[in-house]
Amino acid sequence: MSESLVEINAVSKIYKRGAERLTVLDKLSLSVPRGDFVALMGPSGSGKTTLLNLIGGIDRPDGGSIVVSDRRIDKLSDRALAHWRSRHVGFVFQMFNLLPVLTAERNVELPLLLTGMNGRQRRERARTALSLVGLQDRFTHKPAQLSGGQEQRVGIARAIVTDPEILLCDEPTGDLDRQSGDEVLDLLVALNESQGKTIIMVTHDPVAAERAKRIVHLDKGRLSSVSEAAA
Amino acid sequence: MSVVYALLGLLAVIALITLLIGIPVFVIWLILKSFGARGEVINASLFRKKTRTFLTVGSIMLAFLMFGLLSALGKAFTAGVDLAGQDRLLTRHKVTWIQLLPVSYLNRIATVDGVADVTHQTWFGGYYKEPRNFVAVIPSDIESTFRIYPELEIPPEQYEALIADRTGFAAGYAVAEKYGWQVGDRVPIRSEIYRRADGGDTWEMTLQAIYRPRDDLGDPTSVFFHNDFFNETLPEGAQDQVGWYIVKVEDPDNAAAVAEAIDELFANSPVETKTETEKAFAAGFANQVGNVGKIVTAVIAAVFFTMLLVTANTMGQSVRERTNELAVLKTLGFTNTGVTWFVLAEALLIAVVGGLAGIGLAYLSIIVLGDQLRQYLPVFFLPGRDVLIGIALMFGFGLVASALPATQALRLQVADALRRA
Repeated sequence: MSESLVEINAVSKIYKRGAERLTVLDKLSLSVPRGDFVALMGPSGSGKTTLLNLIGGIDRPDGGSIVVSDRRIDKLSDRALAHWRSRHVGFVFQMFNLLPVLTAERNVELPLLLTGMNGRQRRERARTALSLVGLQDRFTHKPAQLSGGQEQRVGIARAIVTDPEILLCDEPTGDLDRQSGDEVLDLLVALNESQGKTIIMVTHDPVAAERAKRIVHLDKGRLSSVSEAAA
Repeated sequence: MSVVYALLGLLAVIALITLLIGIPVFVIWLILKSFGARGEVINASLFRKKTRTFLTVGSIMLAFLMFGLLSALGKAFTAGVDLAGQDRLLTRHKVTWIQLLPVSYLNRIATVDGVADVTHQTWFGGYYKEPRNFVAVIPSDIESTFRIYPELEIPPEQYEALIADRTGFAAGYAVAEKYGWQVGDRVPIRSEIYRRADGGDTWEMTLQAIYRPRDDLGDPTSVFFHNDFFNETLPEGAQDQVGWYIVKVEDPDNAAAVAEAIDELFANSPVETKTETEKAFAAGFANQVGNVGKIVTAVIAAVFFTMLLVTANTMGQSVRERTNELAVLKTLGFTNTGVTWFVLAEALLIAVVGGLAGIGLAYLSIIVLGDQLRQYLPVFFLPGRDVLIGIALMFGFGLVASALPATQALRLQVADALRRA
């Protein structure tokens, strides 16, 4: 774990509401090595999700630079950034954000629409990803027919189906019971350890954070501490 | 029992409407299925709320059904103007076309320089058996009438028979079909204006010819019979008068001068004339009933656009409800343009398939209604030009309806949308 995958240098993010300026990230710097599993913790409003969005290229900083996999993403155009996201990043959301009217298989297939794969290849790939998260018997189920834990696993399958370098997880267990949460965390740990995926996970849950390799604490938009997880 | 019948009738109507709207909805589903996963994304969006999609397609279908009927109605009111020849003049009484002219004017008009041919016609006010069976019956000089109106085509052998039989008449194919007249039938035609010298109101004549207009714009519902026969049956004081003259000019560019010359010929006489192009006369005649047409047009147009606005709002709402999902698509790597295309494709598909179904239904309705209405609206069809306008409107409507939601999708900030979710 030496090569740096994510380099964040003096990044700032300011939200403006009328005359009010709210500094969410204040010249924050952070380095995430390839293959790391980082838990971002901190109180509400500390800038965890904003930082995650910046790393994932779905938001732009007001200052500083963000380099992911040797590419300075904060300078990319919207189109180039979208293209970059489709290749390099997988997102896992707290509320799963699956399309309710699509089957698990079709949901997982969505990111593959942006690749040159044909329908058969996409379907095979989606089924492989679903099998990898233990849902080989749920291909044709719609989200409403799945439990919360299963839905999140579909979300993880969708995130890894394009084989991205980095997984960004925003409270992936926040909407799950303890057992389902643990299963999801087991899956993330396995992806990190066996597949070498770099994972950055926002969480409020200290138990979840302990499953990561490092815990980064944010407070008022600044890095307050970095610790090795007990596990 | 009548309540049961009423309920059954209601159920039948609901089933028919469901079927009519269900077919285009199914077509949309089928089209999107064939587009693979991208199509399924749109399908999924459209059929998330099936009832809403069903009703939206139904609204658009109804709007374009009305558009189609409106077009046919508009054509019905202006067909006479379109049909009228530029090389034909119409000479009538200076005061009103209801007042008659002496038949002796025929030979005098024929002497005017620039006149190639002339015929006369009279409004008979005819009906078949009962007054509700209105028929446009016109006593005329048959030979010159069919010379001047070559667009009304008669098989040669029927024409010969018509000329040879003084009590024969020619009928448009539509009116013959309507009343089941066959060539050779003796048909009693009654008049609500004229009386015979013997006091009767019925002229029994033989159908010798059935004419067909050369194109859809021609009137297939008139009846022409020999004025000589008509004239001799009238009381003495009512004889030797005709309704109007149709004058064919040698050179259409010279029509105005010929018209002036004709009117000068009868100036300061007890029966002065007014001559104008047949087109101008038809336009003036159409204007007399045209106000009704304009009112109907205005009402239907208002309903049409109101429905479009309501539908556009519904489609916009449907997209707004899926803001979070559009943000997720962008997160997955879909570009702003790509997501916008999803929204546009959805709206266009609904508008075009719903619109085509509506126009198709209008086409079928016009075929069915056309037969029922032919005696009142001889020309009642959906013009090809209006079908093309309708298709352009469908695309225009799809684009307008999706303009705002598509713009919102284009500008959607992913982080903001996910934060709001």
